[in-house]
Amino acid sequence: MSDAASGGGLASGLLRRIDPAVAIAFGCILALLVFGSLYSSNFLSPQYLLQQLKVASFLGVIATGMMLVILLGHIDLSVPWAVSTGAMMACAAAAQGPAGAVLAVPFGIACGAVIGLANGISVAYLRIPSMIITLATNAVAQGLMVAYTGGFSPQDAASPAMRWLATGMLLPGVPNAVVIWALVGAAMVFVLTRTSFGRAVYGIGNSERAVYLSGVPARRVVLMVFVVAGALSALGGVLLAGYASKAAQSMGDAYLLPAIASVVLGGTSILGGRGSYLGTVAGVILVTLLQSILSVMQMPEAGRQIIYGVVIIAMLLLYGRTPAKR
Amino acid sequence: MREWRFWLAEQRGTLMAVGIFATMFLIYISNHPAGLTANVVQTAANKGVLLAFVAMAQALIVITAGIDLSVGMTLVLTNCLASWIVVGAPLPTALGVAGVLLTGLACGALNGLLVIVGRLQPIVATIATGAIFFGIALLLRPFPGGSVNEDLADALTGKIFGVVPASLVALGAVILFVWIPFRRSALGRAAYAAGSSEAAAYMSGVPIRRGKFAAYLFSGLFAAMGGLFLTFFTYTGEAAYASGNAYTLFAIASVVLGGVSLYGGRGSAIGAVFGALAFRTIGDLLFVFDFEPLWQPLFQGVVLLLAVSLGALALVQVKNRLEWFR
Repeated sequence: MSDAASGGGLASGLLRRIDPAVAIAFGCILALLVFGSLYSSNFLSPQYLLQQLKVASFLGVIATGMMLVILLGHIDLSVPWAVSTGAMMACAAAAQGPAGAVLAVPFGIACGAVIGLANGISVAYLRIPSMIITLATNAVAQGLMVAYTGGFSPQDAASPAMRWLATGMLLPGVPNAVVIWALVGAAMVFVLTRTSFGRAVYGIGNSERAVYLSGVPARRVVLMVFVVAGALSALGGVLLAGYASKAAQSMGDAYLLPAIASVVLGGTSILGGRGSYLGTVAGVILVTLLQSILSVMQMPEAGRQIIYGVVIIAMLLLYGRTPAKR
Repeated sequence: MREWRFWLAEQRGTLMAVGIFATMFLIYISNHPAGLTANVVQTAANKGVLLAFVAMAQALIVITAGIDLSVGMTLVLTNCLASWIVVGAPLPTALGVAGVLLTGLACGALNGLLVIVGRLQPIVATIATGAIFFGIALLLRPFPGGSVNEDLADALTGKIFGVVPASLVALGAVILFVWIPFRRSALGRAAYAAGSSEAAAYMSGVPIRRGKFAAYLFSGLFAAMGGLFLTFFTYTGEAAYASGNAYTLFAIASVVLGGVSLYGGRGSAIGAVFGALAFRTIGDLLFVFDFEPLWQPLFQGVVLLLAVSLGALALVQVKNRLEWFR
């Protein structure tokens, strides 16, 4: 985060700045690819890898928001129903005629931003611990959606635009979802490394008190981060709905743990203030490949949950420990 | 003469919870079509006791300034285990109960080791162990089913002398013979001291590590008791992801309603018990007033949101603005 390498020393600067955690994550990706290719010869084919990248891009968008929040030293547990709300509201808007179809994507994202706004106000201004208030907003969002849908999966279909965003190909050979992830990621890297806002995010993760005393509007930064995280979760939901061409109850449940796992596996400190977006990219790909291999091996859900938990704990024990006292 | 004022200040949160519960229960009973009969009390007690055990488990961790997002999954795991082993003649049943409680202790021990020795953040560590517990539960019960010793189940969920709900008596016994001795022991005080100010407690030579570990152990034990009771009520074991998460969530709400400070060191498991009873009664109010069941998740979410927002009232007392930023 500190010395930005510029100009000629890019390569050596890159080497110097490489985080061991990021290197481990990329090493694990290579190991998984080798292991997978031993298991099935299709594993290294371009179609398969591209398909994995497409699946990874949904998680990637969601994990981007999660990373911002974790960099602050907070956590966002409202991801499951922010994803579902984004998907359901976008589909609901799409069912309201042509104007609704046009506004479906922005409307879905805006609903996620509202959830993020509630989180942000509570964390930044009311000083409620983030993991508690995001659990609560998650429950409220779930309650709203259950009341709205009647507890069933809504019948509204995704709009053509949503389907195009998730499954279409603007550039030949590259799915649009991957392009969206690349755009979100590029914006994130720019914000984190080149703007004062990004500096403030890292600073708050290290010491919010110091940031506040330096005259930075710390609370406004926290608020904005939560709004962006909510919006990105909802964008992930919109893309997922476009991919499956409809929204479903609890479609977001499967994204909370992987999102946290990707960020943490990518070397971002769960205490905040430390981490690079490159690591999160590696984490997202790692988690997606792991999921894919487990499903190729026809591992049942139980085994997947256990392996997830064990992998996260192992990685945390490797480099997520708080410093010892005394 | 001053003694009682200190006692009152210390017990303020607990007494508030008792007050909230008494008010809610009065409203509930006076609007219930059947009025105050032994059966109404028994049903209410059985539902409340289940959550009360999980809330006590959560309260112990919160008192040490941690949070346990795996309590619900410990409950689900012990429920699935109990549906296998708490069956048959009295001796196997007793061994089965012991096995379930030991499993709970093991879950608590794993969490405690990861947080205390592994120095991991309680949030992520317990999210990961929760995934592991749920995975094991799913291995035990891929489909809902199983059975339980029905004599024992009926005895513990029925009425003693046709009036007093047996589950309430069991809960009272656990409080009297497990919680209060723990609270008064050196270990219990160490757990409180660790939550109140870990550095100061460490400097004073308080055995904080042992105290915290004991808190995690007892937390697992209480969650396993909740799992046992869940099996006694339903006669089956079910590995339901949503219900595990809901219990975790409701336990946090109960702990907050029960006056346990989320920053640690303040409150008591007895407060959490009354918080749980109050939370259940609030949920049941909807039925008495003939609301659509569909609105229940939203209502519970809003109650949770309001409960956690109560903590924000402490902001009013802050004299120095820097206190906002930790």
